[in-house]
Amino acid sequence: MTARPPEPVREPVPVHPRLGARVAYRLQRALRPNPGYRWLAARIEASSRARTAFTRAERETKQALFGCRMCGQCALPVTGYVCPMGCPKELRNGPCGGVGADGSCEVYPDRRCVWVDAYERAASAGRTADLRLLHRPADNRRWGASSWLNYWQGRDEQLWTSDAGAGPGAGP
Amino acid sequence: MSLRERLAAGGFAVTAEISPPRGAGLQQITATAALLKDWVDAVNVTDNQGSHVRLASWAGSLAVIGAGLEPVMQMTCRDRNRIALQSDLLGACALGIRNVLVMTGDHPKFGDHPGAKPVFDLDSIQLLWTLRTMRDQHRLLSGRRLDPAPDCFLGAVENPFAPPAAFRAERLGKKVAAGAEFVQTQFVFDVPAFARWMGQVRDLGLPGRCAILPGVGAVRSRRALDFMRDQVPGVYVPDDVYRRLAGVPPDRAAAEGITLAAETVKQLAAIPGVAGVHLLVAGNEQAVPAILDQAGLTAARGSDGC
Repeated sequence: MTARPPEPVREPVPVHPRLGARVAYRLQRALRPNPGYRWLAARIEASSRARTAFTRAERETKQALFGCRMCGQCALPVTGYVCPMGCPKELRNGPCGGVGADGSCEVYPDRRCVWVDAYERAASAGRTADLRLLHRPADNRRWGASSWLNYWQGRDEQLWTSDAGAGPGAGP
Repeated sequence: MSLRERLAAGGFAVTAEISPPRGAGLQQITATAALLKDWVDAVNVTDNQGSHVRLASWAGSLAVIGAGLEPVMQMTCRDRNRIALQSDLLGACALGIRNVLVMTGDHPKFGDHPGAKPVFDLDSIQLLWTLRTMRDQHRLLSGRRLDPAPDCFLGAVENPFAPPAAFRAERLGKKVAAGAEFVQTQFVFDVPAFARWMGQVRDLGLPGRCAILPGVGAVRSRRALDFMRDQVPGVYVPDDVYRRLAGVPPDRAAAEGITLAAETVKQLAAIPGVAGVHLLVAGNEQAVPAILDQAGLTAARGSDGC
């Protein structure tokens, strides 16, 4: 591990992922929660040193690959592995209406809209149905936390739903 | 007849847009509402549009009610977090404002306070979903109970032309799933492209669940046309429309803009699933009677039973 401390990206800026969509979806299958990962996550969370090291590793990896800003509630599995928190409006449910005709972001015209990227990557993997899911409002207390630990511990199961009747509240 | 009632009855609805003043007075907005009263079913009151500070949308909406017209209070996610948004909805509904139009909002970078903190705590879909839950399940986003629940008619916006084009009808579907009962679109200058989008919207079965009102504007001058094409995010002006409007002498530009708008209204009204039109005329409200007159929509509206 490098000695350089992580530099959190403060402002949301659209980032084109460095990891191809096919590899990302393959990794998704390998990292899907199971009792083994759940046990591992519980062990890591039991030690503050292990948790810090693990969170730093996650931050460095996801920052390099996806421009991750560590919102702690990762949407990547259902957004074509393009981070929606790179959208200057942090839109988790799809693009705004200001996308340029060439697919550029209205705020950063030299960058592509993350949702244009997300749609193309999801389409290339036959996963556009993912984009219809309704994302609940983000929990701002989670910034900086490891979303992999949350994911393996099953805390992310309410982040999105296909059932609008369920209501937008995150539950308990 | 209210906007909600007209749309429920399957009538062709007309809405327009008023921009509140940059100042602490209601005289201008009241006068504009009085001008539009007999021509439109309801008028949108914008929420600091373009991220430029203006009088609050709820206050402008109250002035519109005072002038005898029904307001559509616009509500963006740009400036308020989930606490303020819910609180403002309760306040607006308690004051008699019924129609609420939810949108993400322009980024502050484009306005007169580019250094402002962008909030975007909720997105437009999450806000619609929250407001519908407040109304129908009598619960806040937190789950706490409300009493009495707000009675509101929920609107959304959509841009049929912006990339990713294949996702735009689906995105409206998400808004309808979240609670949108009517939608007003971005400026339609490209009617065939709008008709293609409407085909996808019909395939998703949305027109029966959500009234669709395409946006139509009257371009006043070459300068306004260039500004709209080059500066306003999400507005697309096809080349043939640009050439037509740019090709007339300056003194006839405004009249040509009105004629084009009226023609567009007629073409849109003929598309299956279109429930009305939304006239995007903020700052040019006096063009409304001429547009509707030329489009053959002269039936007085405000007088039929308010």
